[in-house]
Amino acid sequence: MQLLVLSLVLLALTALGYRLGRGRALAVIDCHPRHLHSLPSYHGYWVAMWCGLPALLVLAGWLMFEPSLLRALVMSALPAELAGLPDERLALVYNEVRNVARYGHSASSAAVADAARHYASLRQTIFAAAALAALSLAIAGLVYARSRIHRQLRTRNRVESAIRVFLIAASLVAIFTTIGIVLSLLFESLRFFQSVSVSEFLFGTSWSPQMAIRSDQVGSSGAFGAVPLFTGTLLIAGIALLVAVPLGLLSAVYMAEYAAPRFRAVVKPLLEILAGIPTVVYGFFAALTVAPFIRDAGTALGLTVASESALAAGLVMGIMIIPFVSSLADDVITAVPHSLREGSYGLGATKSETITLVVLPAALPGIVGGVLLAASRAIGETMIVVMAAGLAANLTANPLEAVTTVTTQIVTLLVGDQEFDSPKTLAAFALGLVLFTITLALNMVALSIVNRYREKYD
Amino acid sequence: MSHSPSLPAKVRARDINVHYGDKHALKHVDLDIHAHEVVALIGPSGCGKSTFLRCINRMNDQVDSARVTGLLTLDGDDIYDRAVDVVQLRARVGMVFQKPNPFPKSIFDNVAYGPRIHGMARDQAELDEIVMTSLERAGLLAEVRDRLDEPGTSLSGGQQQRLCIARAIAVSPELILMDEPCSALDPIATARVEELIDELRENFTIVIVTHSMQQAARVSQRTAFFHLGELVEVGDTEQIFTNPQHPLTQGYITGRFG
Repeated sequence: MQLLVLSLVLLALTALGYRLGRGRALAVIDCHPRHLHSLPSYHGYWVAMWCGLPALLVLAGWLMFEPSLLRALVMSALPAELAGLPDERLALVYNEVRNVARYGHSASSAAVADAARHYASLRQTIFAAAALAALSLAIAGLVYARSRIHRQLRTRNRVESAIRVFLIAASLVAIFTTIGIVLSLLFESLRFFQSVSVSEFLFGTSWSPQMAIRSDQVGSSGAFGAVPLFTGTLLIAGIALLVAVPLGLLSAVYMAEYAAPRFRAVVKPLLEILAGIPTVVYGFFAALTVAPFIRDAGTALGLTVASESALAAGLVMGIMIIPFVSSLADDVITAVPHSLREGSYGLGATKSETITLVVLPAALPGIVGGVLLAASRAIGETMIVVMAAGLAANLTANPLEAVTTVTTQIVTLLVGDQEFDSPKTLAAFALGLVLFTITLALNMVALSIVNRYREKYD
Repeated sequence: MSHSPSLPAKVRARDINVHYGDKHALKHVDLDIHAHEVVALIGPSGCGKSTFLRCINRMNDQVDSARVTGLLTLDGDDIYDRAVDVVQLRARVGMVFQKPNPFPKSIFDNVAYGPRIHGMARDQAELDEIVMTSLERAGLLAEVRDRLDEPGTSLSGGQQQRLCIARAIAVSPELILMDEPCSALDPIATARVEELIDELRENFTIVIVTHSMQQAARVSQRTAFFHLGELVEVGDTEQIFTNPQHPLTQGYITGRFG
């Protein structure tokens, strides 16, 4: 509440800064804007920045450091009987102090109640100090910037370089987030590889990630050979591509070359809806409709089919990624220059000859790119396989058996209470790293193929 | 004069009208094209000369809104007859486009494309023979003999256009339609293609659309002047350029409009 009021006051000050700066600039040149180096509004923005930015930095610093500063101050003032406790107990006590001070819980002892009062008053003081600093900085900035305004001041250049810094900062957020994720994957994986060797993980054929909690426990030795996971992932993704590539490609050819414009305008968005269905819906469709159907059909034919067969998950995933293939293929087929088609027709080629001999070869790089993107999507897909594929890490190529995938295993490894120093939990990071590497490589290959193709016909 | 009026025309157009939707693009055109002559179609942009060209191999069929009426015959057979197979028609009437459009295939496969789809060669040796002869006739063989496997798009613009001509003549058409074949080429490549057109006249009949009046004067025996969808005047090239009968023609060739 206090923070909200403070922010509003600062915002109002900043707006005032804009008005004052602009007015000052106009006053300096007697309302003849041609005499100014920059437009009056740039002077306004410049003053507003001097007013708002330092105050914003102070507030940001307060938000970041307030909790740790408070904690340090409160802890140092604790009475001896509390300060002597071990670290874990101390953390609990501090938690209680905070709850008493902020949410009005009742204190369990007089010492805690004292500490809570101390906490509350410190908190008020720190906030008041921060607010005072922010407000005085804002006013000082405003007064300073306004007094600096003169005819030749290059405020346009300054405002624009400030805007550029903002833009750079915005893009850096995304980049650093990615780097952070990769680093955390990397370091946790390194910890995992301290207990399980890289070669065992990458080439071992047995996966059973149960660690013994007590040393005398039996049957839970833990095996971290990820090969069955990789083969399971490839099997399901392979089935998905077998479904999606022919269907997607053929529908793209129909949409781009044969369909009447009115039909295309209706059907293409319908096809793309497939990509918008939540994957969890696909998941229960696979688990509750397709899998039992395949099992019953298999039984009728005298085959043994697992309830959670790779076939069911792969088929449904294939339907899901059809739009990835068809939409991209449709784009590249439409982008093949009309002159190539005319050249082929002019030689007496039929429509199908033109499509198979000229249009598709010309569009091939883009189509390959689309297929690779779909493949990376299929490999990284989680929800469908969590619901429809099994948990048993079978090393098999038989689509009628249950297999498990990298993503499914990551989910099961991390669901529930976990200890973060067990190889069982850390294995998830190693699997995530492998998954990330594969999909990143696929995406990069796909994008470079697509880009090379685009350069050719533009 | 390269033709004798007593021979029947190779292509005979009578009262040809073309509509694109509501637009009347070509109005009551009568024109005869005789064997082994080069006919140039000239006129300002949008005058219907390309439209007329594209009627002869029914390329206008590709445009949904296009409607063609009138009588157009090739060797006396109605081109727009229901019984005519457009694939066979286009094998007899080749086309070279404004912008070189080699397929994204090797030089050899570009030329072999037509013979392959029409099943013209019984074996590889025969196909090689057709490709080599076509490249030779298009004056390109010497330049590409050692790199037939390279993509057609790796050639220069002028070479690409001659590759497209080789591709067209590989099907052994009787008639070749050229739609501003030199407009994307530099003067040297243009001169090379113009020489080629003159050589090709021995074996083929050629209709060429051009914006360059010098080009029309250099390569054609007869010239037809189109204006606003109508055929204004047609005659021997020399006569059109030295003694035009119609004031519009005179205005156009002397550069007063267009």
